[in-house]
Amino acid sequence: MLAQVEIRERSGDSCIARNDFCPGWIVDNFDRYTDPLAEHLFLTVAAVACGFVIAFTLALLARRRRWIVGPIVGVTGVLYTLPSLAVFFLLLPITGRGTTTALIALTAYTLQIIFRNIITGLDNVPPDARDAGRGMGLTDRQLLWRVELPLAVPDIVAGLRIATTTTVGLATLAVFAGAGGLGEQIVTGSNITFKTGVVAAGGLAVLLALVLDVVLLTVQRLMTPWRRAQPA
Amino acid sequence: MAGDRPSSSGTAASSVEFRSATKRYHGQADAALEDLSLTVDAGEICVLVGPSGCGKTTALRLVNRMIELSEGDILIDGVSIRTRPAAELRRDIGYVIQQIGLFPHLTIGDNIGVVPRLLGWDRARIARRVAEMLDLVSLPADMRDRFPAQLSGGQRQRIGVARALAADPPLMLMDEPFGAIDPINRERLQNQFLRLQAEIRKTILFVTHDIDEAIKMGDRVAVMQKGGVLAQYASPAELLMNPANDFVEDFVGADRALKRLALIRVRDIDLWKAPLAQVGEPTAAVRGRIPEADLPHPLVVDGEGRPVGWMSERDLVQETVPAKPDSAAEPLIEIDYVLRDALSDLLQSDTQYGPVVDERGRLAGVLSVEIISHFLNSPSATEHISDPAARATA
Repeated sequence: MLAQVEIRERSGDSCIARNDFCPGWIVDNFDRYTDPLAEHLFLTVAAVACGFVIAFTLALLARRRRWIVGPIVGVTGVLYTLPSLAVFFLLLPITGRGTTTALIALTAYTLQIIFRNIITGLDNVPPDARDAGRGMGLTDRQLLWRVELPLAVPDIVAGLRIATTTTVGLATLAVFAGAGGLGEQIVTGSNITFKTGVVAAGGLAVLLALVLDVVLLTVQRLMTPWRRAQPA
Repeated sequence: MAGDRPSSSGTAASSVEFRSATKRYHGQADAALEDLSLTVDAGEICVLVGPSGCGKTTALRLVNRMIELSEGDILIDGVSIRTRPAAELRRDIGYVIQQIGLFPHLTIGDNIGVVPRLLGWDRARIARRVAEMLDLVSLPADMRDRFPAQLSGGQRQRIGVARALAADPPLMLMDEPFGAIDPINRERLQNQFLRLQAEIRKTILFVTHDIDEAIKMGDRVAVMQKGGVLAQYASPAELLMNPANDFVEDFVGADRALKRLALIRVRDIDLWKAPLAQVGEPTAAVRGRIPEADLPHPLVVDGEGRPVGWMSERDLVQETVPAKPDSAAEPLIEIDYVLRDALSDLLQSDTQYGPVVDERGRLAGVLSVEIISHFLNSPSATEHISDPAARATA
């Protein structure tokens, strides 16, 4: 509390005293957000990357054994519906405070979306392309990597985009697992009542989500030039 | 290995032999294909035709092991298809399906290069081959960098054929390749394909449900009936003249006489000679040629011998032959047309006759409804159609 008051006084602004939204303060205190932002970025990217690796592996397994799609969707669906705060607290006794705990929880939340989208993407591959590919002598593995996965890229990236946006939001709670992130600037100490600080941290989270979304969209566009080909 | 063959087309063709080939699906009483035995000679088009559920597609897909045999065997050049891994076998067999199945994410060039790449050709050789294939199916070389979505249905179909031919396979399987194309373009694609086949001379197994297409495309036609049973395996002419049973007779239809017209090409019959007129020539000279010609209307041709149009009475009283005669040179008939198509064009025009042009567009003669009707009644009609080989070389 004291520290907070000190900061407010140092900025020497009555706006802060009134606890209004003060853009000037954000500009002056931007340094406070760089580390939490980096942590937040790391948590999001790492969770989505881990989620993708796990979901991708599961999807490849499910490609040959359709019957496991149901159970996987079921289990990841349950993970998805668990209240996130509860998961953080449940994990604390097992994995302790820190990044690991946050990552496990965040990763678990991405699985459902990413897995479903990979399966949808593979299902959306035109049957005639698959038939022609097999008929021309592509092995099962060649068919997967050269035909099915490239054609599934739009659906897969769509899943990654939703998962990323969601994870940016959820990662603000990682602070309860002791993993830092922008949430620190929102919920720790008296921050929660400091309007300008909450808006700044929240705004950065939104901005981060937007930037990551644009990055993914750009990657997708670069990987799928064929989708932009206009009928001549 | 296909990769070792010379890159020019038309070097190799395989024979195919079905030996009591049978396909049964678990839990189904009737076989999908019952004890099929037939031999397709190297370089021939064998059309499998029949109603849906007759096993024609099953028979085709057994050859490249997209479906595995239950009993019997299939031999390519005397070697059982079971002796090689399926994927390897398929790389030596061209495969064209009705939906074409181009890969939407690959450029046209990459689509055509799929099998050569699987066979390990180097980049330069694949690029050369892609250019050759585009040329072979009469598409511009710059189409290489387009995507399938940018092509018309007919162009996609030709790319499908080019892709199947890219590694120069000695055998092609074509499952209703023109089935999804509109009738006008289908006609054109069929003709183009027959011209192509005359050049490359592959062995082709061709599935269709359309008896007209079967008669037009096939050197030999296998008529299949329900339950996967072969009803008759014969040349198209034989099929039309001596159907083996009621099913075949019914299937080929009541218009058998008309269908025979699909077996003869315009180049196989004697055409009329029109009085010719060169642009700019005095009309007096042209009028002098009319009495000895087969028809009274002079046909204007350009310097290359390509028909320009018919001279009307009004054109004839001019001083010289006009560059633009009153009526166009229509209907223009290509010498490779089968008589049925040519007749159809003639019946749709006012004149009942039309100029015939060769591959380079030069005048070869004039065809009329009268010639065709006369031809059908002459004894030589049977002579022509009983020789399917002549049709393939046409």
